[in-house]
Amino acid sequence: MGIELDAATAIDAYLQQHETKSLLRFITCGSVDDGKSTLLGRLLYDTKLLFDDQLAALEGDSRRHGTQNGELDFALLVDGLSAEREQGITIDVAYRFFSTDQRKFIVADCPGHEQYTRNMATGASTADLAVVLVDARKGLLTQTRRHTYICGLLGIRHVLLAVNKMDLVEYGEAVFRRIEADYRELAAQMGVPHVTAIPLSALRGDNVSSRSQQMAWFGGPSLLQHLETVQVARPASALGFRMPVQWVCRPDQGFRGYAGQVVAGSIAPGDEVVVLPAGVRSKVARIVTADGDLHRATDGDAVTLTLADERDISRGDVIAAASQPPQVADQFAAHLLWMDEAALLPGRPYWLKIGTRTVTAQITEIKHRVDVNTQARRPAKRLELNEVGYCNLSLDHAIAFEPYAQCRELGAFILIDRQTNATIAAGTLDFALRRAENIHWQHLEVDRVARARIKGQQPACLWFTGLSGSGKSTVANLVEKRLHAMGYHTYLLDGDNVRHGLNRDLGFTEEDRVENIRRVAEVSRLMVDAGLIVLVSFISPFRSERRMARALFGEGEFLEVFVDTPLDVCAQRDPKGLYAKARAGEIKNFTGIDSPYEAPEDPELRLDTTGTPVDVLAQRVIETLLASQEEKPQTPR
Amino acid sequence: MMIDRDSGLRALEAESIRVIREVASEFANPVFLYSIGKDSSVLLHLLYKAFYPASPPIPLLHVDTTWKFREMISFRDRRSREMGCRLLVHTNEDGVRQGVGPFTHGSAVHTDVMKTQALKQALDKYKFDAAIGGARRDEEKSRAKERVFSFRNAQHRWDPKNQRPELWSLYNARVHKGESVRVFPLSNWTELDIWLYIYREKIEVPSLYLAKERPVVERDGMLIMVDDARMPLFPGETPLMRRVRFRTLGCYPLTGAIESEADTLPKVIQEMLVARTSERQGRVIDQDSWASMEKKKQEGYF
Repeated sequence: MGIELDAATAIDAYLQQHETKSLLRFITCGSVDDGKSTLLGRLLYDTKLLFDDQLAALEGDSRRHGTQNGELDFALLVDGLSAEREQGITIDVAYRFFSTDQRKFIVADCPGHEQYTRNMATGASTADLAVVLVDARKGLLTQTRRHTYICGLLGIRHVLLAVNKMDLVEYGEAVFRRIEADYRELAAQMGVPHVTAIPLSALRGDNVSSRSQQMAWFGGPSLLQHLETVQVARPASALGFRMPVQWVCRPDQGFRGYAGQVVAGSIAPGDEVVVLPAGVRSKVARIVTADGDLHRATDGDAVTLTLADERDISRGDVIAAASQPPQVADQFAAHLLWMDEAALLPGRPYWLKIGTRTVTAQITEIKHRVDVNTQARRPAKRLELNEVGYCNLSLDHAIAFEPYAQCRELGAFILIDRQTNATIAAGTLDFALRRAENIHWQHLEVDRVARARIKGQQPACLWFTGLSGSGKSTVANLVEKRLHAMGYHTYLLDGDNVRHGLNRDLGFTEEDRVENIRRVAEVSRLMVDAGLIVLVSFISPFRSERRMARALFGEGEFLEVFVDTPLDVCAQRDPKGLYAKARAGEIKNFTGIDSPYEAPEDPELRLDTTGTPVDVLAQRVIETLLASQEEKPQTPR
Repeated sequence: MMIDRDSGLRALEAESIRVIREVASEFANPVFLYSIGKDSSVLLHLLYKAFYPASPPIPLLHVDTTWKFREMISFRDRRSREMGCRLLVHTNEDGVRQGVGPFTHGSAVHTDVMKTQALKQALDKYKFDAAIGGARRDEEKSRAKERVFSFRNAQHRWDPKNQRPELWSLYNARVHKGESVRVFPLSNWTELDIWLYIYREKIEVPSLYLAKERPVVERDGMLIMVDDARMPLFPGETPLMRRVRFRTLGCYPLTGAIESEADTLPKVIQEMLVARTSERQGRVIDQDSWASMEKKKQEGYF
């Protein structure tokens, strides 16, 4: 090909060809020594995808680390991590790219060991086809079952069964046919509808990229021929338009667009849409892209929609065809693959991410565990690493969804640990539960620990005491604001919201003051029992009542904060004009004037408001609170 | 010219735009590590598309080792301005004071001090919780193993043996204070995809990618361009004008040129289709040891 030829024309032609090529994403899996990496290396080699320097590096590596007596060890091409080369195993998925004249391929080479199942699932979740390797000498193994099960679970509909190492069984047809029959039975059980079996030798190159002379009895295609021609397209989805809102685009007051990727159906300007879960309706005004407005957007397009009406829409909402909306629910039956060292416990709150939405979810019941090696259903109270369970799920917000079998994008979810931020599970929604079906909670007493756990916090009572005008409420207000911003559930009790209601019948005599504090203390106790962090901002002048309040709470749950402002400063501030009135005799029994204030002897925290800014004081309160919680882990992990 | 809406390139484009939007939505303080090369040029273009008609809400950060090709720096300043992006430039001033450079300290020390350490300094200084980069899985073996959202601990280290599972397009963006995520929107692109996309979308790239007469010396089997007077010449070395281009761009003393007649994009693509060496071969750092990239990445290199 002469470079002096019209390169632009040649490239345009090539582009056309390259662009019309379809893309096949597949995984290779199988048990440890079945030769996955060797097969993949052989494919890259046979399709001339190896560059000279990579080949030179491979020759060097084969001599140093190879297992083929110095001959090219193709496994070294794909096992990219040092630890993998040292141990001769695959730990994590490696993505490889190659193309032929027919197709482009992305291969995810998946680890075989059970302990790396989560990495295999990572690779399988985006694949259309799985190449499952079986050693002809060994037949189906536990790993074969496990991998096929995971493929079925994640909705892979096509399996290419590669019966490898045929050279070691003298290319015998009977061996191959027996394994093929066994596997077809297995695949049917696991819900994998399409199986193609091919006998091959990755090491010798038999039936890898071209038909082998050694196995004339086999009339099917080579592995590469099958990969180039297999049709994996799913039946056209009957679903209407769906687009999870990913980002709200507001460059100026005049433009409000909703950016996202269309995950089902198609849309055109003028089409009626509904925004879920809220259920508000509108019409699409424009489909905006940097390349100009579109007349229609379809499945897979990343676009920005504008609507005919101003609506309150944010990230996580789903814009859908008004005529065919998805369901909205907050309780589900789902399959869950557990991927964390710490076991799944029903009742514990986790983050759940689905589409562009993140909510809090709990597993309310494990209906059964599936043994991934035998597919037997077992009763379970927890799920351990790499176990699969069929569970009921309860979310704190309703979401728009589709069953996973209908739509991966609106039916797949991950769970994230709220403390470690680790991705701890992958799940597929099956169907929505009606609320009544799910009232039954397994293994879970609703007690204070359970209520605290659902909030993901440790309840406590912060008791602010000090003279009128000392700054109690100012500090308590700021503390509450900050705790709220940090995601804690709080409630602030002060004279304003208690004396006007619950304690409306009480005056300011000594008896009434005692009763006032007793009631406030009891209410605080109930709130702490409910799992809240309660802030009490009351003058509470008497030691004995504060001691009574403290006695209602568990060890470390009650923190006394003495807002220590001298009387003359309070009187000078006099924010409500009360000191002036008390001095004038208009108010009786006013603390500090004609009623005593008994300063705390041993408060958890003493705040001096005269020289320190209020935000520093609030921060000290929060630090004291959080420090006290670290000393006493209450929520079992 | 708009790319064919059914093409593989369009699917890659949509996937990358989705990843970029996810970063803007999920992180408080993200940054785009702009390295001026072809992959960064594609990313910049995608950044523009992802947020259109708004300006990209993510600033650009360039870690300047002070040894980049001069053309790269002027290109950087102009393109970031044209795209309406905020540009931050960081240089390891400690390294500058100590006079660290590739000729005096070797490629390993230079790369560590002026790139890896400099990058960590910048990430710490601005407290970024996400950094978008242009790496692709087809570049190199340890990159082939990396997630799209790749978690880094507070010391910026990558733990390849314990990566977060990453299923479907559900990216986990949650980090504690000090931790961060490196995000690679071009993970599933190949070098060919990059060039075809540049051609189709008419994306501007530095002219160093196109063949031209340039002053080079041959050293350790590589053609090094004499980009400024700081390059010491050994006895017997005389810069010769040769027709060369670059397949990757980095520090000029560490970036090997190839002899080429490809002075237009179509010719570059055509040459690449018959090329028999992978693009990273032009980088000195990769040849230090066979696991060098994995090691550097664990230490915080991009």
